Formats: sequence, structure tokens, C-alpha cells
Amino acid sequence: MARPTTIGDASPVIEPAVAPTTKRNPAAPALKWGDDRVGLGKISRFALRKVFPDHWSFLLGEIALYSFIILLLTGVFLTIWFKPSMAEIEYDGTYQLLKGIPVSEAFASTLHISFDVRGGLLVRQIHHWAALLFVAAAFVHMLRVFFTGAYRKPREVNWLVGIGLMALSTIAGFAGYSLPDDLLSGTGLRFADGLIRSIPIIGTWAEFFVFGGEFPGELIIARLYMVHILLVPGLLLGLVSLHLALVVYHKHTQFPGAGRTENNVVGYPVFPVYAAKAGGFFFVVFGFSVLLGGLVQINPVWLYGPYDPAKVTAGSQPDWYMGWLEGAVRIMPGWETHVLGTTWSWNVFLPGVGLMGLLFTLLGLWPFVERWLTGDTREHHLLQRPRNAPTRTAFGVAGMVCFALFLIAGGNDIVATRFGLSLNAITVALRVLVFLGPVIAFIVTKRICLGLQRKDRERVLHGSETGIIQRSPGGGYSEPHLPIHENEKFLLTQHVQRQPLEVSPDTDENGVRISQEVSSTRARLSRWYLGHDVPKPTAAEIAEADHHGEDGHELEGQAEHQALEDRQPEPAND
Amino acid sequence: MKFLSKRRKHSAAKPLLLVLALLAVGLGYSFVAPQQTSAETEMTQQIEEGKALFDVSCSSCHGLNGEGTTQGPSLIGVGAASVDFQMGTGRMPAARPEVQIPARPVIYSQEQIDAVAAYVASLGTGPEVPQEDQYSPEGLTAEEVAQGGALFRANCSACHGIVGGGGALPNGKYAPSLFETEDVHIWEAMRTGPQQMPVFSKDVLHDEDVRKIIGFIDAQQDAPTYGGQPIGSNGPVSEGFWIFIVGIGGLIIVGGWIAKKGARAR
Repeated sequence: MARPTTIGDASPVIEPAVAPTTKRNPAAPALKWGDDRVGLGKISRFALRKVFPDHWSFLLGEIALYSFIILLLTGVFLTIWFKPSMAEIEYDGTYQLLKGIPVSEAFASTLHISFDVRGGLLVRQIHHWAALLFVAAAFVHMLRVFFTGAYRKPREVNWLVGIGLMALSTIAGFAGYSLPDDLLSGTGLRFADGLIRSIPIIGTWAEFFVFGGEFPGELIIARLYMVHILLVPGLLLGLVSLHLALVVYHKHTQFPGAGRTENNVVGYPVFPVYAAKAGGFFFVVFGFSVLLGGLVQINPVWLYGPYDPAKVTAGSQPDWYMGWLEGAVRIMPGWETHVLGTTWSWNVFLPGVGLMGLLFTLLGLWPFVERWLTGDTREHHLLQRPRNAPTRTAFGVAGMVCFALFLIAGGNDIVATRFGLSLNAITVALRVLVFLGPVIAFIVTKRICLGLQRKDRERVLHGSETGIIQRSPGGGYSEPHLPIHENEKFLLTQHVQRQPLEVSPDTDENGVRISQEVSSTRARLSRWYLGHDVPKPTAAEIAEADHHGEDGHELEGQAEHQALEDRQPEPAND
Repeated sequence: MKFLSKRRKHSAAKPLLLVLALLAVGLGYSFVAPQQTSAETEMTQQIEEGKALFDVSCSSCHGLNGEGTTQGPSLIGVGAASVDFQMGTGRMPAARPEVQIPARPVIYSQEQIDAVAAYVASLGTGPEVPQEDQYSPEGLTAEEVAQGGALFRANCSACHGIVGGGGALPNGKYAPSLFETEDVHIWEAMRTGPQQMPVFSKDVLHDEDVRKIIGFIDAQQDAPTYGGQPIGSNGPVSEGFWIFIVGIGGLIIVGGWIAKKGARAR
């Protein structure tokens, strides 16, 4: 993972070359004009020299950024023809299978874009695929930040901004999904209506407020349109700018490795390397979206037909980012309480509204909770390898498992039909698994992390296995180990051995009660969070091991040794 | 007349007269008696053939007289349409008792199916096998086919899914896919309500409406899949799957390649 970027021999050599002075740069006057007026030189000197580290996982956020740009571009195209109106008209377009059917103007204009506007269907599908990609990339990016501890001081604020972005992108996605006013999205809107109504006491009035009367009313499409094309994108743009500005301000985090410290960033400058890499990656993302939009059908609203509150279709699903909520509601037992003429729909409120609130609360509080558990107040610019924070990694995997199980529950009918299973059996199994699965995942992940820590320690102290079995004159067998490279040794031992908090005294030296900084509960939790780490090898242990290796398992014969040197494996990159 | 009167006392006269009278009565009867038509002979024969097949293939569950057992329901009054559907789609005879009997390759010829249908119909009146003009979507206008779509969404898609690909029902039951179903079987299923399916009687949906629905299902099957690969027609479930596998997965591969490429400095 944290291996320094390999440098291909085929890569071009970049050498500082002195610009020929005899030939005048044709762009110079224009640049000077800009420099004189807005200080272009200073800005670009800063921006173009900005260094970014190289790692594939740092590109996940870029996928989200680029799909957002694609969404803006394709979205503008779609707004030209889309009519956000619920007025009923008779469909009279190209698509024969809906000819003469009463539909809303929103639905008719969506069909118009799909069948009668040149390239309309392609752009619509690109837009939808890019939307799925946007939210998916944001999720995966968040996971990367979580598992590497990139949210730690000083980046907590940016973590919160990211959570805001996540919430907003989900809202934007849901609003856009609802706009065509087709049977599928209408059912989704009905689901959202149910969530709103399940809010105790005020639910019904909240519904009236959102829908301008009872569901579905005649306003919601126009309102969602405003939310989808103006309000949320505006907020998203602002928050994305803030998010990026903070990345520039904090500087990018980097994985540990030789030569990388808390005070530097090892990587390439924006110009020319990152401009090419990131710019190229934008076109790759755009290309992926266009290929998906051109080759794979998405949201075929003409098949779904116009929305009618009286109709619900088997196999109705929301887009994936709402699927886990749908799943939670599907597997929830039908609990309901009636108090003084009011209905408390726990069956919808707890899994729907409650779970959504829980997720975002947990995510928002996490950096502060962890800080409380570790008592770590230092700044961090070097990322953690997930194995070196086993409890956090275990938490993350448990959360992912829980999310995935809810997501499966959201498609329980599809699972039932496609795999020939009983719908009820799936539901009952998932009711248990959503609680059990995360616990198992937590334990397994933590054990795997600790095992990897042990492996790292072993590798530092004993080197890498050679795969050669030697027989000693006495008949014993042993496998000689080769010492690993210094860089790898550094990588495996650079992390700080985190110590659990100790209970601090609750009285001062005179026996007077003072406020206790670390209570016994906090110390216990801290021990639980940090206490199981495998101690990393100390300098003395390494020196001892090196010495041991020299006179112990050293291979005899120069040729044999040379052969082993040649087949020495690459430094571990996991 | 002399010839007759002269011999009326002849010893052979009386027996001869008797023979003549018998002949007259016999001939007279043959004209007056109810005609046994050839069609009816065939019908009886068909029912008998059907009964024979029934005894072999059906009676172990449905009873020797179609009265039903603990293993299978009574077939009295289910009608020929029901038999034509169940056997014509290979559901019957069932291989084993299951939550729901699946459609399988048909192992009987249409004549054999008709024979069993005739036998079952003879047990009690029920829906008959429809004539082609009752179910064939021939001659429907585009608007009528579109109305069929609206009827499909109102009556069928709640179980069979939006494009008729099938859907899940409780406890391992399911609404099967309609992609391979023949027009006549759709009509028969609606009228007879096999397994989990409710009956859509003539009072609820006229033959004209059923024709429209069948026309819509057929037209949707024949329509091109606009927009590319339908990826299983599973809706957002497969779309979500694709965006993670192909979208995120593919871009991570490209991202890994981009991150690996470095510039060499001297």
C-alpha cells in the first residue's frame, strides 16, 4: 500500500530546461496583462507548484468531483426540455406503447427527451449513471478517509463538510430520481411521504407542508425540481469548493514511507504532472459515464409508465443510496402504538427516519469520539495503515456489513425471485443478520488486523521467507530468511505505538479532590479501543535480530546467496 | 291382387308377414330413432381417451373421478381452460408437491391435452378453451395496446413486475415471468386463476380488455430495448450493482494505473 511510487523506466524524463531567450513567448503579453491586473503570476505560481501525493485511493474523491461536473453539464442539457409540471395531458409522442395515455407534463417531457430529442436518451442515461457514480464515489471516498484516519486533527471540519456533501448528494439524487413522475419514482416518493408521515405528532402536517396538501398533490414535482436544479446543486457547489479549499489549506495527506514526514508532502506538482493525471482522469470518468449511458439502459421510465397512486409494481426499488433505508423498513416488524388518537408508526419511523439520523450522527461524531478514546491531540498528516488501527477498521467493516445487509433487504424480492428463495425466509434471516453480521465482521476484522500486525513484526525481525529449505548436518530442517529492505523496515515500524489512556488521579498531591481528566470508564474504553495492538519491534529488538541473522541463518556459498538476492521479493505493498 | 289373395292361406304366408312387419318396424325405427352422429362418437371417444390419460397421470393426486385428494384439489367445475393452461404450460402433471408448481417443458401433445380437458370438462361446467378471436391481439390499434399497458399496470404488474418479468410472493411463492407465455395461456390464466393468481372474470375484464393486455405484453416483448443492455430488467438493484462493479471498480483500476505512472527526475 504505502510503497513509494514505482518509477517506470519508460516514463519521460522531466528536466529543468532554460527557456530559449531569443524566441518570444507569444502568450507572454496576455499573461503579463493578467498578471498586472489580477496577480495571475502569484496565483499560478502557488497553484501550479502545489504538490499532490500519488495513490490510487486519492483518486476516489476525484471521481466524485468529476461526476459532479458531468452532472452539471448533462443536467443543463436536460433542463432545456424538461417541464416540471404535474398537469395532466394525453401522451402523443413517438413511443407507441403509451399513445393516448393520460400522463403528467413532467412524464411526457421525459419521454420527449428520451425519444424525440436528438441524443436526449443518451444524455439522460449519462446523467443518471453519473448520479449513481457521484454518490457511490463519495461513499467510497469517505470509506478511504475513514479507514486511513485522514479525518483526524486538523481535518475534522473537512470530515463534517464531507458528511454534509454526502447528505446533500443523497437528497439531490432522490429529488432527481423523482422528477420524471413515472410509476417507479412515484412509488419512491410515496415511500418518502410515508417516512415524513411516520414522524410522531407532526407527521401529517409535515406531509401537508411538503406536498402542499395530501399526497401526491400537484406541487411536489415543481418543488423537487427547484431543489434538484437550484437549491441543492448550489449548496453542493459551495461545499465542494470549501471541501477543496480545505484540502489545499491543510495540504494533502500521504501514506507513510521513507522520506515522508508529518511536515512534507511527497508527490508531483500540479503542473505538469498532476494537471495531466487529473485532467486525463476527468476524461476517463466522463468516458466511463458515456459508455455506461450509451450501452446500458438505466431507469427506463417508458416501461414504468406514468405515476398513479393506485398502482404499485412488484420489484419497485429506490436507487442504491436509498436502498438500505428501504431494506430497513422492509424487514422491520410492524410495530405501531396508538396513544390518544395519534398513531406512532415505529415500523416506519425507527428504520426510516431513525436509522438515517443514526448514521449521520455517528459519522459526524466519530472523529471526536475517537479523539476522546485515544486522547490524541497531535496533528496528523501521515495516514494510518488500517491494520494499525484495528478497532476502527473493525468498526468500519462492521458498518459496511450492516449497510450491505440492509441493502440486500431492500432488494429482498429480487433476491427471492432470482435465486428461488422464500421471501419470508430472507426477511427473517436478515432480521437476525443485521445485528449478528456486524458483530461477526467486527471480531473477524479486528483479528485479521492484529494478525497483519503480527506479520509485520515478524517480517521486520526475521526478514522475508526465501522458500528454500536447508538441512543441517544434524538432520534438522530450517528455512533461511532474507533481511528486508531498509525502506520497508521503516514503513513497518514508523507508526506510533498508541498507548491506552491511564486513569488520572482524582486528588492532587495534597489530597484535595480535583476534576479527574481520565475517568476509569474512559480509561477502560480506551483500553478496549487501543489495548490489543501488537507491540511493534523496538530498535533494540531489531538490532538483536539483525545480529542474529548474521551468524545464524546466513546462507553459505556466494552463488547461492546471489541467486536469492535476485529473487528477493518486492517490498510488501499491502 | 289375385296373386296375393290366392296365396293368403299358404303355409309360408304368416311367417313371411311377420318378417315383413318386423322389417317395416325396423326400418321405421331407424328413421325415427335419435341419430347417433359421428361427432358424438368422437367426443365420447375423446373423453374416454382423456379419462384413460387422467387415470394414469392425474388421478393419484386429483382422485379417480377428479374429486380431489389431500394432495390435489378437486377438478370438478374447473373447466377445459384450466386443464389447457396447466398441462399446456407443463405445470401439470406436477413432478412433486411444491410450494408452487413451476412451468416445465410440455410432455403431452395438444390432442392428449384436449382429451384430458374434455374429460375434466365433462365432470362439471367451467371456463372453456377460448376461440382465437377471444385472445388474439390481432387488429388492435396503437391506442388500444397502450390502454392494455394501463390495464397491465393496474391489474398485473403488482405481482408480475413492470415488464412482466415476475415478482416475489410470500413463503417462496412467486408470480412467474410472462416473457415466454403464450397468448392463449395468458387468457386462460386470467380466467381460471391458477395457483396464487386471482381469477379475473369476464365481469371484471372483458375479453376485449384481455386482448389489449395480451397485445401490450406482446408489443413490449417485441419492442427494442431502448437505451442499451437492460441488465436483467431488475431496475435499480442491478443498476446499483453495475455502478459499483463496473463504475467504481473500473475507475479504480484506471486510477491505480494513473497513480503508478511517475515522471522520472534526474
